[in-house]
Amino acid sequence: MRWHIGVFLAPAVIVYSALMIIPLFGTLNQSLFNEVDGAVRFVGTGNFARLFGDPLWAGAFWNALGNNAWFFVIHMLVQNPIGILLAALLSTPRLRMAAFYRTAIFVPTLLSFVIVGFVWKLILSPIWGIAPGMLDLVGLKSLFAPWLGKEEYALTTLALISVWQFVGIPMMLIYAALLSIPDEVTEAAEMDGVTGLSQFWKIKLPLILPSIGIISILTFVGNFNAFDLIYVAQGALAGPDYATDILGTFLYRTFFGFQLQLGDPYMGSAIAGAMFGIILLGVCIYLFGIQTRLRRYQF
Amino acid sequence: MAGVRMSRGHAIAAHAILIAYTGIALFPVFVTVINSFKSRKAIFADPLALPWPGNFDLVGYETVLKQGDFFGYFQNSMIVTVASLFFVILFGAMAAFALSEYRFRGNMLMGLYLALGIMIPIRLGTVAILEIMVAGGLVNTLTALILVYTAQGLPLAIFILAEFMKTVSDDLKNAGRIDGLSEYAIFFSLVLPLVRPAMATVAVFTMIPIWNDLWFPLILAPAEEVKTITLGSQIFIGQFVTNWNAVLAALSLAILPVLVLYLIFSRQLIRGITAGAVK
Repeated sequence: MRWHIGVFLAPAVIVYSALMIIPLFGTLNQSLFNEVDGAVRFVGTGNFARLFGDPLWAGAFWNALGNNAWFFVIHMLVQNPIGILLAALLSTPRLRMAAFYRTAIFVPTLLSFVIVGFVWKLILSPIWGIAPGMLDLVGLKSLFAPWLGKEEYALTTLALISVWQFVGIPMMLIYAALLSIPDEVTEAAEMDGVTGLSQFWKIKLPLILPSIGIISILTFVGNFNAFDLIYVAQGALAGPDYATDILGTFLYRTFFGFQLQLGDPYMGSAIAGAMFGIILLGVCIYLFGIQTRLRRYQF
Repeated sequence: MAGVRMSRGHAIAAHAILIAYTGIALFPVFVTVINSFKSRKAIFADPLALPWPGNFDLVGYETVLKQGDFFGYFQNSMIVTVASLFFVILFGAMAAFALSEYRFRGNMLMGLYLALGIMIPIRLGTVAILEIMVAGGLVNTLTALILVYTAQGLPLAIFILAEFMKTVSDDLKNAGRIDGLSEYAIFFSLVLPLVRPAMATVAVFTMIPIWNDLWFPLILAPAEEVKTITLGSQIFIGQFVTNWNAVLAALSLAILPVLVLYLIFSRQLIRGITAGAVK
């Protein structure tokens, strides 16, 4: 008998199923119910129809989804290219102090959202004046604005703060991928006179594309699940005037209620269900549309 | 070798960019820590000045230690993080060993089932998790947090550790079997010591989100005696938002423990990553 296989698997499978899979399906199930005339009834996709179409809900939902998409776009356009650039520089052979840079650049990733949110709030605060003072040094003081307080800048500012915090993750993963490229490959490229920047574009980049794919999907899942930074910096109301509201803060407000608004577990579940659908869709597009087309090289 | 041919200019440019970015990464932490040691007047008069006897003031730290139970919060965070980490690594390594070592029916399917959690965030099940915890009487206990974080950390841990365990030589394990070691002894005394770098990687990637999480402490354990340091400092800062000394001191105190833990793990971390699990 091979009982030991079961013994090895049991603890992980039990904890994981009980607290992750079952609650997830419990939430999805609950999203199909709602209170009708004081009694809980099965309403099918009624909650989702309200979420997407009822003027009471749809405005907030599409606003949060749009903001979330913009949040993700900023991460893809800023965080991942910077991460790749830093990793490429760090992997330069015989670079001095590489360990120091690597450790230092990863520090923001370790900090909690509470710290990151408040530190940046203080730095960008017009009262304290660090940001305007520093802009003044380079003669650009006129560019300063209370970025977190302006509807048109707040979301982008928060996305950039989040980029600052998490750039260490793509950097580390790409760095590991670059280090795993065998020396023979780069040496052969050098024999053929392919060096420096063109070596990076023509030889290394194609080899690390699978890692870039993984980073993109991790960024996607992380962004569409984000909550903490916005909550810490702008509160559950995601001000100014919901300009920084994303799906996570919208879910929190709906489920737990805020100020005068009462919590609604059924609509909350529906929002969680919608987020589940969006993330699943993104993961499927990645797995079937992108990952299968990436060419993998084995050494 | 590439290094020999790399021009000087190239190296200087690389250092310039890296130093600039290191500055950006560390600047906010630096500003917070130096200002936490200064008097209120000095904080506003010259935010970038280093603390010196003329402006040195510990009033912020005094307020923090008097008002908030930061040692209690810190202890809660430590208990939750260390316990969750222990269970994630133990259960994760056991499951990873079962998946990578034995061929049994449903192995592939089980691997996929357990990997699902890497892509789907556990937060989406919060509504139902809260109901389970209420039913089990676990609201406002550290146990609730440990259980949730263990479940949250397992998928990635299993995925990384299984990849690593595939690289442990079969000859070694078979030699153990011929010597009459049980499967459990092979796992605990032969395989576990060999995957230590991978376990360090898992530890860092598991530890950061647990230590920093605000969502589950806010929902499952908001009571004073079970507050984690992340939630505790968030609430403290919310109350003292105009007392800049106290806020800066609280932030500095929250930064320190993570930095120390990271410096302890960082050597193992890079070795773990570059050994090939998370390519």
